Amino acid sequence: MDVLAVLSVAVRGALGPEAAIYALAAIGLNIHFGYTGLLNFGQVGFMLVGAYGTAISVLSFDAPLWAGVLVGMACAVVLALILGIPTLRLRGDYLAIATIAAAEVLRYLYRSSFAEPVTGGVFGLVQFAGEFYAVNPYTAPLELGPLRFNERALWLMTVAWGITFLAAGLVWLLVHSPWGRVLRAVREDEDAARSLGKNVFAYKMQALVLGGVLGALAGSLLAINSQAITPDAFIPIITFYLWTIMILGGASRVLGPILGSIVFWFLLTFLDAFLRGAMSAGWIPGFLLAPSDIGAVRFAAVGLGLMLLMVFRPAGLIGNQKELRLDVR
Amino acid sequence: MSDDRHEDLLAQRESVHEQEQEREDTPSVGARRAAAALAGVANVPGVAKPDAILVADDMSRHFGGVRAVEVEHLEIQRGTITALIGPNGAGKSTFFNLTTGFDRPNSGRWSFDGKDISGAPSFRIARQGMVRTFQLTKALTRLTSLENLMLGATGQRGERLLTSLLRPTWAAQEAGIRHRAEELLARFNLAHMRDEFAGTMSGGQRKLLEMARALMVQPDMILLDEPMAGVNPALTQSLLGHIEALRDEGMTIVLVEHDMDVIMSISDWVVCFAQGKVIAEGRPDDIRRDTAVIDAYLGTHRSLQEDQT
Amino acid sequence: MTARLWAAIAAVLLGMLLLVAPAGATTPAASSPVSAGASEEAAETVQGTVRDPDREPLEGITITVTQDGEEIGSAVTDAEGSWAVPLPGPGSYTVTLDVSGLPEGVAPRAEGGEVLDGVTVRPGASQGVIFQLGTGEVEEGGAAIPVARVLQLVVDGIKFGAIIAITAVGLSLVFGTTKLINFAHGEFVTIGAVTAYFLSTAPGNLPIVLAAVLAMAVGGAVAGGVEVGLWRPLRRRGAGLIQMFIVAIGLSLLLRHLILIVFGSRRQQYDEYSLQTAWTLGPVRITPRDLVITVLAFAIMIGVAVMLQRTRIGTAMRAVNDNKDLAEASGIDVQRVILVVWVLGGALAAIGGVFFGLTQAIYSEMGFELLLLMFAGVILGGLGSAYGAMLGSLVIGLVSQLSTLWFPASLAYMWALLVMIIVLLVRPQGILGRRERVG
Ligand SMILES: Nc1ncnc2c1ncn2[C@@H]1O[C@H](COP(=O)(O)OP(=O)(O)OP(=O)(O)O)[C@@H](O)[C@H]1O
Ligand SMILES: [Mg+2]
Repeated sequence: MDVLAVLSVAVRGALGPEAAIYALAAIGLNIHFGYTGLLNFGQVGFMLVGAYGTAISVLSFDAPLWAGVLVGMACAVVLALILGIPTLRLRGDYLAIATIAAAEVLRYLYRSSFAEPVTGGVFGLVQFAGEFYAVNPYTAPLELGPLRFNERALWLMTVAWGITFLAAGLVWLLVHSPWGRVLRAVREDEDAARSLGKNVFAYKMQALVLGGVLGALAGSLLAINSQAITPDAFIPIITFYLWTIMILGGASRVLGPILGSIVFWFLLTFLDAFLRGAMSAGWIPGFLLAPSDIGAVRFAAVGLGLMLLMVFRPAGLIGNQKELRLDVR
Repeated sequence: MSDDRHEDLLAQRESVHEQEQEREDTPSVGARRAAAALAGVANVPGVAKPDAILVADDMSRHFGGVRAVEVEHLEIQRGTITALIGPNGAGKSTFFNLTTGFDRPNSGRWSFDGKDISGAPSFRIARQGMVRTFQLTKALTRLTSLENLMLGATGQRGERLLTSLLRPTWAAQEAGIRHRAEELLARFNLAHMRDEFAGTMSGGQRKLLEMARALMVQPDMILLDEPMAGVNPALTQSLLGHIEALRDEGMTIVLVEHDMDVIMSISDWVVCFAQGKVIAEGRPDDIRRDTAVIDAYLGTHRSLQEDQT
Repeated sequence: MTARLWAAIAAVLLGMLLLVAPAGATTPAASSPVSAGASEEAAETVQGTVRDPDREPLEGITITVTQDGEEIGSAVTDAEGSWAVPLPGPGSYTVTLDVSGLPEGVAPRAEGGEVLDGVTVRPGASQGVIFQLGTGEVEEGGAAIPVARVLQLVVDGIKFGAIIAITAVGLSLVFGTTKLINFAHGEFVTIGAVTAYFLSTAPGNLPIVLAAVLAMAVGGAVAGGVEVGLWRPLRRRGAGLIQMFIVAIGLSLLLRHLILIVFGSRRQQYDEYSLQTAWTLGPVRITPRDLVITVLAFAIMIGVAVMLQRTRIGTAMRAVNDNKDLAEASGIDVQRVILVVWVLGGALAAIGGVFFGLTQAIYSEMGFELLLLMFAGVILGGLGSAYGAMLGSLVIGLVSQLSTLWFPASLAYMWALLVMIIVLLVRPQGILGRRERVG
């Protein structure tokens, strides 16, 4: 097995557009959970409406792609309002279940046969982001030693990482303002915030909308990245990925999700490439693990990683350990 | 308990008594003003006050079979310290929850400062100038003490989503708020905890923090649910001093308190709850002698105290 | 302010309607005769020929195959009126004919005849399905919803709800005693079903009844092991509830995919009782297997209720549920009670998994799919109330089945989840739940 090849694949994973997109969605989740304490387990639902809002606008309404992205974000606002009005008054754990259920409801809805004329049903939609690739300014691939990014990947990475860092900057400004202080107060104790005259519901709603819009933007980028979307790409496991990323980096840290995503994707692609290499080199006997099991191993590893993280280092890589010890709820 | 500590406590108690004595001997401006205003008011439950800031009518709240609150009529006089007393489970905290919008009554109307606020959401009631603290403190654990206090200030421009992005629009206001918060921290002996997370504070410190935070709202009326529980006797005295000073500045204070000595020394008016109802109200000295109160409350309270010592 | 809010909501809802309207108005575009969703190597198929009352073939009719609400595939009849849908594996499927494509004057002979429930396909078989079409003269009761179909769906709903209920009781009891939302509860269901599968097929070939009992033991042991090895130490360390909640999600991912590696991704059936002819009881059809399962599920529920009310350990569970500290102070060994709750919950989930596997299929995602329905049931009944969980689960079972009266079967689970969200809106504490106090 070529260790260098495996490593370079892993580095590609860590810097690739997917890492940026997941970081962006996790930044949204960080607004929800890290700063406001909302247990949103339906972030993938926001990604879904973002992706489909973009694709449907382009395919069904002949809108330009940028307008499609805006429509996707607007859909996230609508979803946040519809979801938030009934659920934001609920206790945290109810919210967790309501949001995961809502995301599943959306997935069922978009894949149902009666929505098929618009959403493509279980088959999904393809080829709607040509405009994006048409304006690609890169004309040559980038080669750094064993690492090689083609023009397409470079263009995607530029845009995705650019948006992600912009979002992180926005979050930095917001959380270092009195608005962010109210958000953190709501996270600590809603009733205390209420007793000081803060309209808790409005703040939670603002946080839900903001984080949801970032999720939708991530969904749009995901759709542009793959040029093909199906509802079944938006399963609850994606949300669990995002949680792992956020906690790995450090919740309620501005750069936590970005760092978390880079490390997460490095480890994940490393594991993948390593297993593949080990199998083809005959290190792992076939009766133990078949190549088709690699996907399952990857998910199992994420689960185990999430458990170990939460037990041994709940503050993540750059979280404040002292802050976390106070979390007794 | 060792003899040493026992003696310590006795000494402390004596000094507390002295301070209390002092206060009773020389009533403050506010106390005299309150006494004058309440001079003609009779000692009957639900009696009308000359200048009531809070008026509650037919308020009731039931939990299953328990009638936690059943108040026919109650008025709180502006600019006074009114003590709410009553045995455990009498419905005092529930009454606070109802009036401040943290719980919905089964029936009833109430108004604050002449405006009907029945059913208004809690944050709006707080903004109108009626702020409460909680019996079980609600410190914002992962905010520093200073942040806890600064949160209390109302009308902050930087708390709006869009303006929060433009620091210059709120920087000056923020500095003012910080200054006021620091002053209050000092006043409540918490200056040394300024940058500590509130979660690291002791129970008594949290009580102080919560009261200071409520004052940051600059309310007209403040409802304190057992503010002295768990605060050491010496600090209790200075707290009582603060409360009286607030009254002298014109604030209305309602406090729930179980310590009869504190109540007698500080309050201008006493309202006694039992099983959800107002069974008596009046000046502290009259309440002390009221047989209904003694039956419902003092009797059990005193006998408990005697059992302990 | 509120008025503005409501106006905004109204506008938003209107917008959504407008977006969805074109979707509802157009008839589904003809999909490819053999659709995706079924893998190429699939040996099993369902097939048939659609003919009108005069035995003439009908072309262009859409046939959809679903399993537990999930669309498996669809096909459109060709010029000879024949169609075929490849299947992912043997099992019990629902085949639906799209009546909107039928020519005028042609309709299913019996009401609801466009849906054929419980079409059982043996391993490797190509199962024929016949839709009986008539002249469209409805046999009873005009355009109203046929009573027989409603009754049938009620029976199916109760069966499904009862299975959810016995799995949800454990979830609810665990929440009540530890305040943990056990996200990994669905995996206990899958573990039960899979254990029974391995025991009852070659080489063990145990009778399914024995296998089910052993699966219960395994489910209880795994749940108890997780409590002792994971949750108890975490509680000792003073871990926060959110922290434990996220650990549970990790555990769920881990267990589910370990099962996937061991069990594979195909849907499987138990050898025994997988094919049965249904009994016709008045207007309702039910297989003896499903009847026994429903009765057993209710017996188990009653057993749990009796245990909670009458036995010492049941009383202790309720006491811990009500007030843990008080229970501890009055001499109850809380840690032991919690362990018993986990073992009981795991065992109940496992037997629920066997029941689900018997009535539908065994697959690695089954527990997670059921978990959301369990949550719906538990929340509907009120978090922490065991009886509420049972009641809520029955409601969820009924809702998911009855929704197929009006909506596609593939959306059955969606309606169940929607009902939960709506109930939360009206009564956040659930049907039997209690509100918490403030301050
Ligand atoms: N959310 C609730 N659910 C059920 N019962 C409640 C609830 N809140 C209060 N009660 C009941 O209402 C009654 C009044 O309670 P409350 O807390 O108001 O008493 P209190 O006068 O503040 O007592 P204490 O002096 O001990 O603080 C009690 O019997 C209590 O058990
Ligand atoms: Mg109280």
